[in-house]
Amino acid sequence: MSRPEHIGPPELFYNDSEAVKYTNNTRIIEIQMSMSARAIELLNLPEDQPSFILDVGCGSGLSGEGITEAGHYWVGMDISPSMLEIAVERETDGDVILSDIGEGVPFRAGSFDGVISISVLQWLCNADKVSHNPFKRLKRFFTMLYSSMRSGGRAVFQVYPESPKQMELITEQATRCGFTGGVVVDFPNSTKAKKIFLCLFAGTPVGNYQLPQGLGNENENTIQYSNDRFTGKKRKRNGDVSRKEWIQNKKQKMRAKGKDVTADSKYTARKRKPKF
Amino acid sequence: MKLLTHNMMRSHCKGVVNGFPLKLSSSQVDVKEIEFNPDFINRMLSRLEWPALVQIANQLGVGEGLPEMLPEEQKFEDEDVLKKIHHVLLEVEVVEGELECPETGRKFPISKGIPDMRLNEEE
Repeated sequence: MSRPEHIGPPELFYNDSEAVKYTNNTRIIEIQMSMSARAIELLNLPEDQPSFILDVGCGSGLSGEGITEAGHYWVGMDISPSMLEIAVERETDGDVILSDIGEGVPFRAGSFDGVISISVLQWLCNADKVSHNPFKRLKRFFTMLYSSMRSGGRAVFQVYPESPKQMELITEQATRCGFTGGVVVDFPNSTKAKKIFLCLFAGTPVGNYQLPQGLGNENENTIQYSNDRFTGKKRKRNGDVSRKEWIQNKKQKMRAKGKDVTADSKYTARKRKPKF
Repeated sequence: MKLLTHNMMRSHCKGVVNGFPLKLSSSQVDVKEIEFNPDFINRMLSRLEWPALVQIANQLGVGEGLPEMLPEEQKFEDEDVLKKIHHVLLEVEVVEGELECPETGRKFPISKGIPDMRLNEEE
């Protein structure tokens, strides 16, 4: 899998030619739209009231269109000027600002009902400049994000973590900043369709506190886990046979094979005394 | 940049306590029509810094008819007032201009409707 974050910093990677792909390439558009639709679903916003959403790394505003369709209002942040220009050209309903999320979220406390972000957080784990420290940047982002959200709001991040360690770094920084919640994995058994969502709650969530279930988790085709081996009890060999029976059995088998076997006597399989 | 966004924004320079409101100077302002949703406007009222909004709206010359104060219950029933607020919050767009941090004086340019909030190192 190619990792764009290894190629260069996001503001340079998403240049004019890369940004054009996000308006013309139907495959990219389809994937982005389906991921943002799922993220909005995970946000679980009340249907009857329009909410105010922050789209972190909004790019050309593809995910924002999904928010508008759902009847909510949004503001987007992104670091790539080329992508934002396309968002403005497409006349999206939301407003966009050019900002580096590692430098924090320039919004007042309690502004947003929810936050979504598609394929962004892994970029924060890279140090593209000498002054960049992924730990500090993640911390600054999450602290300011926490304060900019209303109490009980949800934040859903779709992430492509490079390694479990990277995911650990992200979740650890988020929980340190006061978020609760966890990771939801859709289609965990598929390499292609697998999607990881970090679902965070700011403060006490209203209503349904349960972390949502990932899609495609029905493990009908997988082997059930068995802990027989770890109970610590020794299973008896060959059913319940005594030592004497086992020896006689063995001798009988050898005899049947035509081997030379000593005859059974009253001493067969008898325990010797300690002193011999 | 819409005035709703401006009302929600604060400066994120290091060491800034409030960072609000960002001073706005504009050289080009546009109006773009957006569907009117009274529920949303009423919902946002409690989050707005009303005096700052009135001040900015007056500065841009669109503040006419905007109530000076928010009612106690932070709700408007009158549709005309709501439409006016909707217009100011969502339809007025600052296309070219500049934002200024009230505490550090750091300037953030706005071009093509996009405010550039990127900071330098050590800011």
